[in-house]
Amino acid sequence: MTTHSESRSLLTPFNVVAGIIVMVGIVITGLRFFSGLSTVTNLDDNNPWGLWIGFDLLCGVALAAGGYVTSASCYIFGLKKYHSAVRPAILTAFLGYALVVFALHYDVGRPWRLPYPIFLSQGTTSLLFEVGLCVFMYLTVLLIEYSPAALEWLGYKKARNIIVRMTLALTILGVVLSTLHQSSLGALYIIAPSKLHPLWYSSYLPVFFFISSMFSGMSMVIFEGSLAHRYLHHKMDKTHLTESEGVVLGFAKAASFIMAGYVAIKVIGISADNNWHYLATPYGVWFLVELIGFVALPSFAYAIGVREKKIQLIRWTALWSVLGIVLNRLNISLIAFNWQLPTSERYFPSWMEIAISIFIVTIGVLVYRFVVNRMPILYEHPDYQEHHS
Amino acid sequence: MGLTRRDFLYGIGGVTSSFVTRKAFGATKSFSPHENSVGVLHDITRCIGCRKCEDACHQVNHLPDPKLSFSDLSVLNTVRRTHSDVYTVVNRFEVNGQSVFVKKQCNHCLEPACASACFVKAFKKEITGPVIYKESLCVGCRYCMIACPFNIPAYEYHNPFSPKVTKCTLCSDRLNQGLLPGCVDICPKEALVFGTRQHLINIARQRIDEHPERYIDHIYGEHEMGGTSWLYISGVKFSDIGMREDLGTISAPALTAGPLSAVPIVVGLWPVLLTGMYAISKRKEKIAEAEKAEAVKKAQRIMQEQMETKIAEVKSKSEKEKEAAIQKAVKQAVAGAEKKFQSEKSEIEEAKS
Amino acid sequence: MEHIYYSLHDFMLHSKTITYLIMGVILILLPLYWRFLTGRDEKNRYY
Ligand code: SF4
Ligand code: SF4
Ligand code: SF4
Repeated sequence: MTTHSESRSLLTPFNVVAGIIVMVGIVITGLRFFSGLSTVTNLDDNNPWGLWIGFDLLCGVALAAGGYVTSASCYIFGLKKYHSAVRPAILTAFLGYALVVFALHYDVGRPWRLPYPIFLSQGTTSLLFEVGLCVFMYLTVLLIEYSPAALEWLGYKKARNIIVRMTLALTILGVVLSTLHQSSLGALYIIAPSKLHPLWYSSYLPVFFFISSMFSGMSMVIFEGSLAHRYLHHKMDKTHLTESEGVVLGFAKAASFIMAGYVAIKVIGISADNNWHYLATPYGVWFLVELIGFVALPSFAYAIGVREKKIQLIRWTALWSVLGIVLNRLNISLIAFNWQLPTSERYFPSWMEIAISIFIVTIGVLVYRFVVNRMPILYEHPDYQEHHS
Repeated sequence: MGLTRRDFLYGIGGVTSSFVTRKAFGATKSFSPHENSVGVLHDITRCIGCRKCEDACHQVNHLPDPKLSFSDLSVLNTVRRTHSDVYTVVNRFEVNGQSVFVKKQCNHCLEPACASACFVKAFKKEITGPVIYKESLCVGCRYCMIACPFNIPAYEYHNPFSPKVTKCTLCSDRLNQGLLPGCVDICPKEALVFGTRQHLINIARQRIDEHPERYIDHIYGEHEMGGTSWLYISGVKFSDIGMREDLGTISAPALTAGPLSAVPIVVGLWPVLLTGMYAISKRKEKIAEAEKAEAVKKAQRIMQEQMETKIAEVKSKSEKEKEAAIQKAVKQAVAGAEKKFQSEKSEIEEAKS
Repeated sequence: MEHIYYSLHDFMLHSKTITYLIMGVILILLPLYWRFLTGRDEKNRYY
């Protein structure tokens, strides 16, 4: 199968920029691994977690939630119209998680020991253990869920059919694991009530993280969908194209209402700890910017988009909501964390930390493009259409 | 009154061996440290900020010498914290025009947040008291540093190949050899007192009771974050000398117990709920399919019925037509016959006449 | 001999380790039981 992008010249602006980013990334990678964390990061003893945890891990996992949300809608709740959205969502989820694990290798001090918690010495009292175990298992589940596309591409019919028969079990396992680690990421901070600002600290943190992961996943599916529509239109088959509008509307509707519920439980969170008086402080204003400006308003914009059937509005709102999730995760991990320390002891990422984060996102985009241009992701393989009713 | 280091030296060899002989009892849901678990009491009112303990700590732990020597007290002008090559620091605070010196190091919590947070069990609270770090397991995720409410563990960020978390060890190696912790041993003012934690609490209480004008009525570490093995008594508010009083008494494992206990419930019930939803949606689909099939059948039946009636109508109509035709024919025949008969009759009558 | 726990942390380390093992068993047994439960149903299509 020949594709547009391959027949075009390789020197597109996109490729040039991506190439520069990758080259810079490789240089910094060398620095990181051969001369230590302190040469590339601004981490210190008071701020042990920086951008690589706040963005790469927390945001990465939240934004990769599209996989479990979409496959659950389609296979568990029986919403068949999402069928064509499942494969792209699983692929991005798989890539997302793979990159999260990849990024972790930069952040932890001895990455070659990352299997230790699972295979050698299980610190079962730690929520990080829970996260690690679930991410490891979920990555495996996603790999299996994604593999039919690769197997179809390679032409292994039998293996592909065996895996397709396990779809339901895999989907349920995926939802269980996602519920657990999405919420546990929030629960990581439960152990540090003295460091996280009270407006963000709550014993409901795991619930907040889980609920927000749902609309985060949906918004990401819509957002990626619109990007794919713009740049990969030629790769989509008719089912995908005709169903995609329904997917956008359906997910926008669901996301809008879940966001409303999320705002509600956030308010309950303030009330449960009686934190009202903090709202009048600068941190309180910032909290309201996050909650109203990046959750309540996008929820409303989604609602209008759904009522008026304005696909374009929904697509922009998806980006808006995604930014809201990023803001929330960064608030908890960096901005409202260690809020009591004097400004001079606060953390701000170094340019090299930012460069590595961009580098990792770029790798994700490149791999996605590579896969989508070759494997049956946005269209159904002609030999395997029978399972789709 | 207080236990001096000399008083304690003789009994120290016995500290470890006395743990072996204890009788076992069943686990209950409230936990308290072993009665012989040790700690250190820091009497802040006695500390003169000589930094001898810092020096001793460096010696016994073989840490690299700092740039400025330990006798240089200008270091005290800034508030410091522990670092990868500094396990303990003495800080100076000015409170009510008076200099107050406080030593800071790992507090060897009874319920250590660092141990609770570590996902490879690299930290362990020994029954004897110290919280010990095992380098051979550590992955370097630094969650322990996030978790520690006292901001104690430090990390060797500069070390690319074998970075470690570092913190005070309570000189557990020295304890096992029957020696006092380096810092306690050297303190010229007996501002540091070593002993079993229970005993230290008694001493602290006694000092506070005997000199209420000298001490505030609070033993820092008795309950903070579930209690610590290092204890502090002071003449000024702890919050004025860089020690947080808002930490609460809930220990780190108690804090995480909530979310952790939700995990197995999700594993047990989510598959049931989700399979249930799947079954319901499947069932609905089946019903919908059945209804569809039913509707199709019904439509077919109606069509058929209509068809039949139509056929019947056509039939009856054609029958009627036939009948009419027959009748007509019969009538015609009859009329014809009659005519014939009449004409024949008249013919015959004509012939007769 | 019963083990003595001197801290909640030690106790949790022990009890949670067992809980995690049980979770693994649950994840295996539940689907099997579901298959047993629906074994006589007309054949379901698992997509
Ligand atoms: S003070 Fe910090 S490092 Fe020391 S035992 Fe307590 S939690 Fe762990
Ligand atoms: S940095 Fe090491 S000791 Fe600290 S929590 Fe991570 S693995 Fe455990
Ligand atoms: S107990 Fe030992 S390691 Fe801890 S501060 Fe004192 S000398 Fe240093």
